[in-house]
Amino acid sequence: MAEGLETEVKTNPQGDVITTTEAPKKEQKESKAAKQRVVTPEHLFFEAPRTKTFITGSEAAKEAIRRANVDIAISYPITPQSETMQQVGYLYAEGYLKDYYRGEEEYGVMSAVAGASRSGVRALTATAGPGLMRGMEVITSWPGGRMPLLLMVMCRVINAPLAIQPDNVELSYLLNCGILVFHAENQQDFYDFPLKAYVIAEKCEVTLPAAVAVDGFFVTHARGWVELPPEDIKLPPRDCYHEAVPMMDNENPPARLSRDAPIQKSNFISYQMHASWQQEIWAAVDRARPWVKKYMGGLIEVVNPGADTMIVASGSAVSQSREAVRQASERGDRIGLVKIRSLRPWPTQELIEACRHAKRIIVPEFNCVGWLAKEVRSTLYGHTQAEIVSGPRVFGGMSMPTELILEYLYKTPNEARLTDKPLSI
Amino acid sequence: MSSATSQLRYQVLPGPEGLLPPSASAMGVVLPQDGEGLVEGVLTAEDLALKAAARAMLTRRNPTLFPGPLVVWGWNKHTQEKASVVLEIAAEIPGVKIIPMPDYRPIYPKIDPEAVINPCHPNLTIWHNKIEACIFVGVHCHFANVTLKMVRAGTNCYTIALCAEAGHEDAMVSLPKCGTEKLQKMVKALRQVKKEGITPWALTPNGKRELEAERDQRRKQREAIASAAPDFAHELVAGLDENEE
Repeated sequence: MAEGLETEVKTNPQGDVITTTEAPKKEQKESKAAKQRVVTPEHLFFEAPRTKTFITGSEAAKEAIRRANVDIAISYPITPQSETMQQVGYLYAEGYLKDYYRGEEEYGVMSAVAGASRSGVRALTATAGPGLMRGMEVITSWPGGRMPLLLMVMCRVINAPLAIQPDNVELSYLLNCGILVFHAENQQDFYDFPLKAYVIAEKCEVTLPAAVAVDGFFVTHARGWVELPPEDIKLPPRDCYHEAVPMMDNENPPARLSRDAPIQKSNFISYQMHASWQQEIWAAVDRARPWVKKYMGGLIEVVNPGADTMIVASGSAVSQSREAVRQASERGDRIGLVKIRSLRPWPTQELIEACRHAKRIIVPEFNCVGWLAKEVRSTLYGHTQAEIVSGPRVFGGMSMPTELILEYLYKTPNEARLTDKPLSI
Repeated sequence: MSSATSQLRYQVLPGPEGLLPPSASAMGVVLPQDGEGLVEGVLTAEDLALKAAARAMLTRRNPTLFPGPLVVWGWNKHTQEKASVVLEIAAEIPGVKIIPMPDYRPIYPKIDPEAVINPCHPNLTIWHNKIEACIFVGVHCHFANVTLKMVRAGTNCYTIALCAEAGHEDAMVSLPKCGTEKLQKMVKALRQVKKEGITPWALTPNGKRELEAERDQRRKQREAIASAAPDFAHELVAGLDENEE
């Protein structure tokens, strides 16, 4: 182009300027991506020096993917996930990923990323709310296919009336697939968990997909302090030759499973194989436990152990609960808090140990159905004499004031409305 | 809740355990570290596990090796070396059978249980051959685990898994990180147990009688096929040759 001429500005039919991200150029030798060194997971997680930065949850996820040695990312835009995968697109442009594209919709995305993972590469996708629901049929097939890919879930409302507000009811649908599920509390978790999820998911005895969930907007679009190791180090690549199934073998199950009628619906023996296969998926979920302990510091974190009143929470409800615990301490009350990092594997023994002594347990949640309270109740049944209060709950985009948690700490608000007196009219 | 309950331990023993027993992992059995072994659901020292495996393979009926794709096929030098050691293990077990799991394809309408074991219905091979002790080696972990659960559910076979990776809770004996070196230790364990005075099953009067009867039956089957099978039935017996011109 001749010097002095203005660069042509492309616009869409509405007149908006079209901004594009160029595909990575072939010559990447001098790029920062090409200069990244592979280090051990232990070095990346625990030893490398960290610098504190103030970034959004989406940016934190981007920084995780930068260091995760991901080969391919496939996704379809949906709020509030879109921003994160846009950030991942920038990483592709900078040469950190080998491939990146937008699928046609979530069913296609979840299928495509399954194919990518089955071929032996490290694969990433992300979705939110209704997108998760749309892809759910395929997602439930991932664990049986033994695909150690990563799904990031930025939770939002799923039910009508349609909304894009924060609400994590969608996680209740994800809990019974056989996928590992980690629930990030804040921006720091949303940096740490994806990296650790890859390492855990790819252990041979695990070989399962992992989901890292976060409460949309509260974390994805808000800034928080995140400690990051240097940009020039990354995880070792996926070693698909040391996993539970051979890669991309179309003549053998699980690839063959979906097209092979006899194996799925023939005689009793085939049913038995399917039953054994399902048991194996959940056995593999259990086998992730020692790795969650090693890399994530445990399935749960306990604040003020031994307190009479314990709060059990996951996701951003933990942050609100931390503040409620602090405010209660100003009144001279010692309140305990259990942060559940890992929803699958579920911290059965850890929760029993942390809550066995309690007299009152409350379970604040960002959803209407109280899926966490149900999990907590069934786990603690027969192991504690404590009153287990399902709540407080907010949903549909509401935030959870710490005052609401404090109310529940001392009394269940609805108790005031309970009466055995007849109506006064 | 009670301390008595938490001390109970789930035993991983030869079955038949029933229609659908739980996976050992779900019952709290955990995998061994390198240098350890797993015997009937209990973490032990590696040498104890090797010895338990050797004793089972030498004393139980119809000991059999089930080599999987990772030793059956010569992918690379390592697998070839490993396969050689597996043959050394076989050489130390009198009366041993080697029935491969060459891949994991479903075999329908029926398998030949004397020729292969298949993860879709491994119990058929074990029932047909009356196998009461076996070693899985070179099988991808997922398929070994699927198989081991079914074998424990429906058969009385004592299963041993020599795993190149993390090991298997549903085997009666399991050793992790089994490279050629650890497989060599299995050879030594077999020799050691024999030195201690154990009479291998195949050399006992019962074993000799059973193996002789089996040889006799196989000879008769071959003769019957060769002499009596009409041409049209031959394909049914021998299978179709897909490469035939």
